[in-house]
Amino acid sequence: MDTKRRLELAIIANKVRKNALTGIFNAASGHPGGSLSIADVLTYLYFEVMNVDPKNPKNPDRDRFVLSKGHTAPALYSVLAEKGFFPAEDIKTLRKVDSYLQGHPDMNKVPGVDMSTGSLGQGVSAAGGMALAAKLDKKDYRVYTILGDGELEEGQVWEQAMFAAHYKLDNLTAFIDFNGLQIDGDITKVMNPTPIDKKFEAFGWHVIVTDAHDFDALESAVAEAKATKGKPTAIIMKSVKGKNVSFMENNAGWHGAAPNEEQYNQAIAELDKIIADLEAQK
Amino acid sequence: MAKKATRESYGAALAEFGADERIVVLDADLSKSTKTEVFLKKYPERFINMGIAEGNMMSVAAGLAAAGKTVFASSFAMFAAGRAFEQIRNSIGYTNLNVKISATHAGISVGEDGASHQCLEDIALMRSIPNMVVINPADDIEARLAVKAAIDHEGPVYMRFGRLAVEDVNGEDYKFEIGKGVELTDGKDVTIVATGLMVAMALKAREILANEGISARVVNIHTIKPIDAEIITKAAKETGAIVTAEEHYIMGGLGSAVTEVVCANAPCPVKIVGTDRFGKSGKPAELFEEYGLTPENIAKNAKEAIALKK
Repeated sequence: MDTKRRLELAIIANKVRKNALTGIFNAASGHPGGSLSIADVLTYLYFEVMNVDPKNPKNPDRDRFVLSKGHTAPALYSVLAEKGFFPAEDIKTLRKVDSYLQGHPDMNKVPGVDMSTGSLGQGVSAAGGMALAAKLDKKDYRVYTILGDGELEEGQVWEQAMFAAHYKLDNLTAFIDFNGLQIDGDITKVMNPTPIDKKFEAFGWHVIVTDAHDFDALESAVAEAKATKGKPTAIIMKSVKGKNVSFMENNAGWHGAAPNEEQYNQAIAELDKIIADLEAQK
Repeated sequence: MAKKATRESYGAALAEFGADERIVVLDADLSKSTKTEVFLKKYPERFINMGIAEGNMMSVAAGLAAAGKTVFASSFAMFAAGRAFEQIRNSIGYTNLNVKISATHAGISVGEDGASHQCLEDIALMRSIPNMVVINPADDIEARLAVKAAIDHEGPVYMRFGRLAVEDVNGEDYKFEIGKGVELTDGKDVTIVATGLMVAMALKAREILANEGISARVVNIHTIKPIDAEIITKAAKETGAIVTAEEHYIMGGLGSAVTEVVCANAPCPVKIVGTDRFGKSGKPAELFEEYGLTPENIAKNAKEAIALKK
């Protein structure tokens, strides 16, 4: 990836972070930590990988995305808004009673959302269903999904892991947001899902371990997933929960808490500085 | 009279009406019992065995439907409506996707397998989900037509099929419409509202009552949701007493659905024939007797309902 494009993607990703926090701040509730950790991969998928058209969001041949960790909807809504599916300022209505932007993604209300999620473990299964539909219809669209690392504690994830390998769904790519934290703390202390790589390998998946915040690494991982035939791919992304907001980084307390006004202003100032630095490098 | 289990009718109907390329059938390692194997033999490329993983099956069904498929997802009622309730609620009900949950082995007529496999709460569970249509066919012809109607209906449907062979209550010219109850016989003193295999027992209860000079109307409610409020309100007004009959818990099933309508539109005494206990092993006929799912008990409850009239 050339430097200019890498900088452009990083700028979009940090705008996505800002907008996600704006939604959560205005709602006075939501999940900032995990929204910030997946902003880079969402940006990469929607701006570099997926064949989607904001003017034709239901195109049957489009690539699909399922946010299996549905609680980080603010990041998904923000990237969809950046992509042009709906106005970015609508994020301020997030979680409000008359808003189409529900607390968790709703496929029937939000343009560009391919599956309603929120109950952990179900999104990855639905993504597997879409991948199977593509195979049955002999279509070449691909299906992407992002799971949380804590989500791997849901047994249904492993039912789907068996299924996708059994039916050789090589058009399915599952990203694992491996930030190491869940609501009650360190995932290895709450209910240890590691080693994540060896588990997916044992279930018959192709496994790639990469850096969630490195666009070159994401690019090579997605290329490898696309080139892998006969099995689905799990891309385990080592990530930082709360990425790019100093006081939120690696702090489980920011899993599901909204910033107050002072914290929000500080977060926006930090992200604005990152964006200004990136602009200066262009 | 011909006797056939509605699960057999289901399998046959899938094969009969399954030519549409959009139809995909999922099963959780029970195709020989649910009879989806009849479809498998005819359209193997559109049959997917999901293994023993009902939660994943329901969410995969949702994903297939989101990609344009008409999906049938089958297991025993206990593991479809029971084990996978939340997947059905969130992935299929909330999304309003085109998935037909086709559950066999409902009720105590499962028999010898016992309580763990005798689902007596599926109607209550599925009825509670917005968008969900709930159908409990009474016989072979109704089951076949229900499958056809489910294919033609856009949105989620729960269908409840039985293991036990049941006699026909409907004729070959029978017309089935989702949400339309069927008045099988007229009557003026009481109405028996029944669903599934209890419809045949309701007709026998009517004969018992007739021998005692009591005129009972019999209404078949194959669609418990959306329920036919019109036919029930009419029965409440015209006969002034109702007894409901279902192979299900008293809480939340047909009796509850009928009571909701009657209380709102035309209050009258309603007696509910069902059970409030877990099932157990035994022959279906023995279990029907022990749990009061008999024409005699329906007739007894009918008389009690009549006695409560003001």
